[in-house]
Amino acid sequence: MHTEAAERLVPTPYVVRDAWQETHNVVSLELAPEGDGVLEPCAPGQFNMLWAFGAGEAPISASSVGASGSAVLHTIRQAGNVTRALCAAAPGDVIGLRGPFGRGWPLERARGRDVIVMAGGIGLAPLRPVLEHLETFRDDFGRVTLLYGTRSPEDILFRGELENWRGRFDFDVQVTVDTAVRGWASNVGAVTELLPRAVFEPERSMALLCGPEIMMRFCIQALRGRGVPPEWIHLSMERNMKCAVGLCGHCQWGADFVCKDGPVFPLDRIEGRLSVRER
Amino acid sequence: MGTQKSGTPGRGDGRRVDPPDVPGGAPASLLEPAAVGDLLRILREQGYRTIGPTLQDEAIVYDEIEGLGDLPAGLTDRQQPGEYRIEERSDDALFGYNLGPRSWKQYFFPPSLRLFAARRAGRGFEIEPPDADPPALALIGIRPCEIAGLDVQARVFTGGGHVDPWFAAARERAFLVAVQCAQAAATCFCGSMSTGPRAERGFDLALTELLDEGEHRFLVEPGSARGREVLAVLHPTPAGPAERARAEAATRRAESQLSRSVDGEGLPELLEAALEHPRWAEVAERCLSCANCTMVCPTCFCHTVEEVNDLSGERTERWRRWDSCFSGEHAYIHGGDLRPSTRGRYRQWLTHKFGTWHAQFGSSGCVGCGRCIAWCPVGIDVTEELAALRVGSDRAETAETEEAT
Repeated sequence: MHTEAAERLVPTPYVVRDAWQETHNVVSLELAPEGDGVLEPCAPGQFNMLWAFGAGEAPISASSVGASGSAVLHTIRQAGNVTRALCAAAPGDVIGLRGPFGRGWPLERARGRDVIVMAGGIGLAPLRPVLEHLETFRDDFGRVTLLYGTRSPEDILFRGELENWRGRFDFDVQVTVDTAVRGWASNVGAVTELLPRAVFEPERSMALLCGPEIMMRFCIQALRGRGVPPEWIHLSMERNMKCAVGLCGHCQWGADFVCKDGPVFPLDRIEGRLSVRER
Repeated sequence: MGTQKSGTPGRGDGRRVDPPDVPGGAPASLLEPAAVGDLLRILREQGYRTIGPTLQDEAIVYDEIEGLGDLPAGLTDRQQPGEYRIEERSDDALFGYNLGPRSWKQYFFPPSLRLFAARRAGRGFEIEPPDADPPALALIGIRPCEIAGLDVQARVFTGGGHVDPWFAAARERAFLVAVQCAQAAATCFCGSMSTGPRAERGFDLALTELLDEGEHRFLVEPGSARGREVLAVLHPTPAGPAERARAEAATRRAESQLSRSVDGEGLPELLEAALEHPRWAEVAERCLSCANCTMVCPTCFCHTVEEVNDLSGERTERWRRWDSCFSGEHAYIHGGDLRPSTRGRYRQWLTHKFGTWHAQFGSSGCVGCGRCIAWCPVGIDVTEELAALRVGSDRAETAETEEAT
């Protein structure tokens, strides 16, 4: 049954062109198709199913989509067997990849608006392509704000990129941690506490959120409090996924399959179910 | 597609070779019971694997049958919530029962299917050539609600974005010999789901077993060009108005025996509004979260994948296996299970089947076969649960209205 449809379920070999440790439990892999394979472009917010031979697959959002035009970057936190095996990949290794899948961030709709990016922990990875897009097409957007929260200073991802963006006069970048350590002389607390300081016009803003659901729920409250309309708040959701093509049923959330109807959703579509436990 | 045995039936360029036409005008004809055996033989000669009802482990289940003798003649099934029993009939009916625990979905959506195999090669891997295509099946004795179930799954597996190649190929090749229901089990509720007890379309041949007044014959209606061709070989005798009338009477008898129903009016909206209804906690007290309902359901499609490695670690296979929203790993993501309670799982199953399914696939996910009622070990009855949710929700709405006024 060698059909195009079947191929969507069979991984393609991708070479690990580079691999590096981002934090103590997060690794980035730069992946390029093996041989003369062609890279399928991955839009910001889309994800690939990454396969470690013998271990299994995990859905991982792209953390950079245009790094070199021929490679895609994935930033993976070790959470279980599969992600542990993926994080152990070394340059030159080959892993399997299926994708890209899903609907990404609606960057076209954000043109001309103020953009507020709120990320928690590993949630910064799916938003990094957004920030790179904003950087490249800076004039197309209004004010740009990045509010990022992690557990501790040692969990901060993409330090180089963060410092680069913070060095620009047209990016407002704020970082906070749940737990400070000696030497941390910056914000401590929830990421929502950074919002009151951010400057944006709520009526003509777009907010993009990715992080733990509890964090996103509080972000939504804070953003709604500032007057950002729900259709201009977007979230990247996470659910169990096996097939990534809307067949296996695992990622169902209300009438949506997170893998194909998401993972990025506008708040007005999902607001009703966001607060329903075990939905 | 892989290499094929020549002469495999139902092959084409990806489309049905002979789309079923409207059977309304097709003349019905009559066959003797022995001709059903001839039908099996002819279909097997044409390269079909004939699958039909057969008695196994005190239940009538679908499996490969070779001849008339494999059919459970003279038997019937008695069903109640949490109960299924085989009993003897007073006649020699070949199809004198309703439904057993196995639906036809096992042939289109196999319980275990290898998606691919791979072997380590250098620092990477090589994918091994894919498995063979599904066989051409003749489904003998598929019931009207089961044709509807197959249609529901076809919309899931081939109607949306991704087309499942196994399902599409198996469905395209399948030859459907339907049997119109002449009786209803106590668990049946096809009438209210508009899926039975009589099928008007979706089959190649449809049989109605005529058993009155010592007679034992079959009224046959072709539903497709393929069906007509096969029927012609059997040299049936034309059916007269009397036989047609008796076939209609058989359908009416089954209809009159239907004792359960689901009120589908506004059900998706009602369920969406009833997510915190106290009934969910109440049914969770009885539900064992055993997943039987999802296994016997002809439309449930959830599956998982498993990596199967050999001992050397050099070769791996990915298998797709049936899963259930009642299983502990269904909603697991790092850090925990998003749907850990039986209340949450039962609610997911029911609200999906009767509610969100409409938005996803354009119909209810239920065809009223009643298997989930019979095979629930504690006899939970979906029709009763839905009625209870409706009553409570009506009350809640009324209360709100009263407060407002």
